[in-house]
Amino acid sequence: MGHLKKVRIGVSLLFFILFTVIYLDLSGLAVQKLYNYLTYLQFIPSIIKLLSVINIMASGFVVVILFTFLFGRVYCSSVCPMGTLQDIISFISKKLNNKKYYELKKGYGILRYSVLAGAIISLFTGSIILINFLDPFSNSGKIFTNLFRPVLILVNNFAAFGLGKFNVYWLYPVEIRGMSYTAIGFSLIVLGTVGFMSYTRGRLFCNSICPVGTVLGIMSKYSFFRIGIDKDNCISCNLCEKVCKAGCIDKKNKIIHIDRCVSCYNCFEVCPKGGIGYSNSLWNGEKIKPATVNNKRRELISKTFLYVIGLSTISLGQIKIIPKKLSKIANIKKNAVCPPGSRSIAHFTSNCTACHLCVSGCPTQVLQPSLWEYGFTGILQPHMDYKASFCNQECVICGQVCPTGAILPLTINEKKLTQIGKVNFIKENCIVETERTECGACSEHCPTKAVQMVPYKNLHLPEIKNEYCIGCGACEFACPVRPYKAIFVDGNEIHQKAKKRVEGKIEQKVDLKSDFPF
Amino acid sequence: MDRRDFLKRSILLGAAAGAAQTIGSFSNIFATERTLTPKGYDLVAIKGGEPQAMFDKAMESFGGMKSFVKKGQTVVLKPNIGWDVSAERAGNTNPLLVKQIIKHCFNAGAKDVYVFDHTCDDWKRSYSDSGIESAVKDAGGKIVSGASEGYYHDVEVKSGSTLKNAKVHELILNSDVFINVPVLKQHGSAGITIGMKNLMGIVWDRRFWHQNGLHQCIADFASFRKPNLTIVDAYNVMKRNGPKGVSKEDVITMKSLIISRDIVAADAAAAKLFGTEPEKVDYIRIANQMKLGVMDLNKLSINRIIM
Repeated sequence: MGHLKKVRIGVSLLFFILFTVIYLDLSGLAVQKLYNYLTYLQFIPSIIKLLSVINIMASGFVVVILFTFLFGRVYCSSVCPMGTLQDIISFISKKLNNKKYYELKKGYGILRYSVLAGAIISLFTGSIILINFLDPFSNSGKIFTNLFRPVLILVNNFAAFGLGKFNVYWLYPVEIRGMSYTAIGFSLIVLGTVGFMSYTRGRLFCNSICPVGTVLGIMSKYSFFRIGIDKDNCISCNLCEKVCKAGCIDKKNKIIHIDRCVSCYNCFEVCPKGGIGYSNSLWNGEKIKPATVNNKRRELISKTFLYVIGLSTISLGQIKIIPKKLSKIANIKKNAVCPPGSRSIAHFTSNCTACHLCVSGCPTQVLQPSLWEYGFTGILQPHMDYKASFCNQECVICGQVCPTGAILPLTINEKKLTQIGKVNFIKENCIVETERTECGACSEHCPTKAVQMVPYKNLHLPEIKNEYCIGCGACEFACPVRPYKAIFVDGNEIHQKAKKRVEGKIEQKVDLKSDFPF
Repeated sequence: MDRRDFLKRSILLGAAAGAAQTIGSFSNIFATERTLTPKGYDLVAIKGGEPQAMFDKAMESFGGMKSFVKKGQTVVLKPNIGWDVSAERAGNTNPLLVKQIIKHCFNAGAKDVYVFDHTCDDWKRSYSDSGIESAVKDAGGKIVSGASEGYYHDVEVKSGSTLKNAKVHELILNSDVFINVPVLKQHGSAGITIGMKNLMGIVWDRRFWHQNGLHQCIADFASFRKPNLTIVDAYNVMKRNGPKGVSKEDVITMKSLIISRDIVAADAAAAKLFGTEPEKVDYIRIANQMKLGVMDLNKLSINRIIM
């Protein structure tokens, strides 16, 4: 069964390359064409999607579970981008240090089950924050979106401007419109932690913290085909233990702690006797008792989580921009704006795992990781940042690519009438009033003409009609007033339907044969 | 070419070039013939045809594109590609016209033809959904991003009274020939947008313009680099909800095209076509006062063609 390792490496690289291309393709084409191949099998996003919307596309986790009950944690070694990222780091570590080998480690049962319990409890108490912090797919997404993508953009822009000097323009620069230091900081912490763990101890992260690893670990204990050591053939050479990055092979007792095994098949290949392989659990495998969990401790931890989450939800959705220096009128936003298709702030914040696929896929970069906009528990979940950009009326990419159903797909026509927020106008801030000059930038950018210029003291002043507003933020983005805009969008807690603008035909006969008017 | 048009052209050509011109095909045997060619029309207005045909016809009045583009020169085309809307909504310049202009440039011997706009909506979507990206590529031109500040360089606007500095796209600064290809449409802030307003798409910081008197800034900037040619697309014209429009209901089909070396004259004629007096459009009036061009169409020699 030695060839299984090669298959595993091939499949994992395929998924990892797909992941990389989707998250880093600066043209934005890859994410639109390929997102489903990547996200379908991602465990946590798929589960969340089923919870948020009954959908055939949310069946990916069932496939993962099925595979786990058949062959163990193949997800961890083949599909999970964080797993492959760790393998790459371990590989580098091994290349740099030839003598490096792994050995059996004790399990981190209590830690594992506590983290898992906390994540599940937090999920069912209406906050997804622990999942946001722990899901390996979403964290890989954060790392790629907030760390690798900006670096790639810098390299790309350097090359693009360089080529521009020679009148070569096929490579174009990409503007970085928003920079979330929270997201960068968090991604650095995750990458640092996981990187260090995998550099020194292989798949330690997967067997100590990762909730997906824990869940699949429990399932793999009952898998039909199970990896085991053929005791009769074993010559106790210990090669298997040395290559086991999960540290789950016990050479002394010749057993494998199957809940920690990530099905990488490194041991299959290395065994000189071919003595490690899958065996059928019913007639020649060993039954392993499920690990027991200290219930009291779990209860304590879960209660702590409940308490923290309960406190933090109080701040949900309440933000205020406090005036700084120039004492004009501040824009007081009652709600953050969540993307079209996300239905309501509650739906969005309870289903988004902050994988940032929409952030890297958003062509206008209006979707930015949040800080406090949704309250503490919504940290890092993307919001519509109209300081960075505005939402393109003809675009529905975020809803298409969202793997969890936090943002549901909309058709272009549905989207054009989906009101995610409402426009507010502060006349006292507007330069038509303060500077007595024509402007109209807001109305110019408004796709529905919810903002129109009407005569005002020999000039034109914006007039807003909220029923037509879809909350795209074009007016707020375009408004030239600083520091507080004269026009801004306040989010709708629950998305509403905008009124469709119906205007009659233009009564103007065009006579193509008559003379010119000059 | 109809009869009246033919007569007009004949009279003008005859008056300017004299008898030599009437020899027709024999005239090119005289080495001095070129110097005898009239300066030509100040402005050509044409209507009733398809964009390509109207452009072909109109350019004859200027002696073809070779009057503007010499062999080996680089050309930059600045259509309006400001919005992510389909061609039928006329928020952007007609892609068929853009394509035809590029073809003429290459036929005249252009080395490269670049096309860009500093868009308002997302640039990639605006480029592709407007149909202009594919039109440019089909014609062999190069479509370039206008969405990065790095491409824009500081320039001084010497004659500007409000706008003294701007950051202008390097293609405008580096190219030999600059062709301005606006679309005529209603505009919420500027009243109507035509040639001079279209130049806002070659600068980076438009916010300053909005903050400091839009009309004066538009006129000021028209003094910076006058386009060699301004070609106003008035095939489909947005009559309300401009500059982006809400639906194709905002659009009427006028099948017209105006071409001039003089950007102010082109704007004045297009304004009249739209139904607005040029002097009522502040930036046209100011530009006229600044002597950046001629607003009074009676002072110009105009070729009016009805197809």
